[in-house]
Amino acid sequence: MCTVCGCGAGTSPHSHDHEHEHEHDHDHGHGHDHHHHHDPAPEQGRLLRIEQDILSENNRWAALNRKTFSDHATLALNLVSSPGSGKTTLLVKTIEMLKGKAPLSVIEGDQQTALDAMRIEATGIPVHQVNTGKGCHLDAHMVRHALETLPMQQGGVLFIENVGNLVCPAGFDLGEAAKVAVLSVTEGEDKPLKYPDMFRAASLMILNKIDLLPHLDFDIEKSIAYARKVHPGIGVIKLSARSGEGMAAWLAWIEAQAALQRAAG
Amino acid sequence: MHEMSLADGVVKLIEDQAAHNDFQRVLVVRLEIGQLAHVDADALAFCFEAVAKGSKAEGARLVIERKPGLVWCFGCSTQVAIKAWGEPCPTCGSFDLKDDGGQDMRVLDLEVE
Repeated sequence: MCTVCGCGAGTSPHSHDHEHEHEHDHDHGHGHDHHHHHDPAPEQGRLLRIEQDILSENNRWAALNRKTFSDHATLALNLVSSPGSGKTTLLVKTIEMLKGKAPLSVIEGDQQTALDAMRIEATGIPVHQVNTGKGCHLDAHMVRHALETLPMQQGGVLFIENVGNLVCPAGFDLGEAAKVAVLSVTEGEDKPLKYPDMFRAASLMILNKIDLLPHLDFDIEKSIAYARKVHPGIGVIKLSARSGEGMAAWLAWIEAQAALQRAAG
Repeated sequence: MHEMSLADGVVKLIEDQAAHNDFQRVLVVRLEIGQLAHVDADALAFCFEAVAKGSKAEGARLVIERKPGLVWCFGCSTQVAIKAWGEPCPTCGSFDLKDDGGQDMRVLDLEVE
């Protein structure tokens, strides 16, 4: 039985009274052409105004998660990428280098198996595996449940490894401080243009596996230029989790974000 | 296929309304989807039909109003419309753009009885 929300019963986080039956006539006052007509005459029934984001339920859970992270001065990072970008290897290396400096924990998202969680477990830090089944992304409610079993310590860093998928996870806020998109140089350099939603949503792009660059045609500068077309403010770190090159910059970025989180908390 | 989750979100919003408003079924659900929204409208319509089964929204007609990809351009400080992220501002060529409603995905209203 779910102690957080009693889910299965279809309840939502602190269901606000969404009395959105506005009396006003929805006058947007926009100067542009809307391509649609407001206030269509109801065919038979009566009209109920809603005017709510489709993601409102997810966003309410995300806000709760964000509060939990803030209460524990914990930096939560949502790692997103295609399958095979080297997220788990990067995570294992990162944990090895950060261990002892801050309390660490991991939420692993995969459609099936606990294989990644087992790799993290071997590092000795708390990990919770979420299997999404047919689901293609983590949502804030799944993370809420993961937090039930995952110990939160003051001043920690929580890594959320999302399902390997450059499309779906982009739209779902988990309550994280930042999304980190991992793009390996064995993939196409044009991925930021092909999957713009993800690179819009991410604060940082990690270009992984740079030790392989001499064997590839990947144009690193072009890739960064593409990413900055969809998101001019995106940060970029080039590294190789395997050789260790660039890892110091990544750890410094995490430390800077953690300091921001502590200051905000 | 995150559209299944989005469709689920729409049905949850409807159930939420049903708890506060007296209605037996939903005839029409009207959504507003911006051109830059992170969704495939056809996939959403397909998923909605499936997810709505057994709820008060079962059999409801889904109407999707498309909204232009409105963004705010920091280059020329105006609201402009683009078709996809990665496109420059049509006025000044800047890529320094911020969502200004073009990513909206909202349930506008329901027709109920």
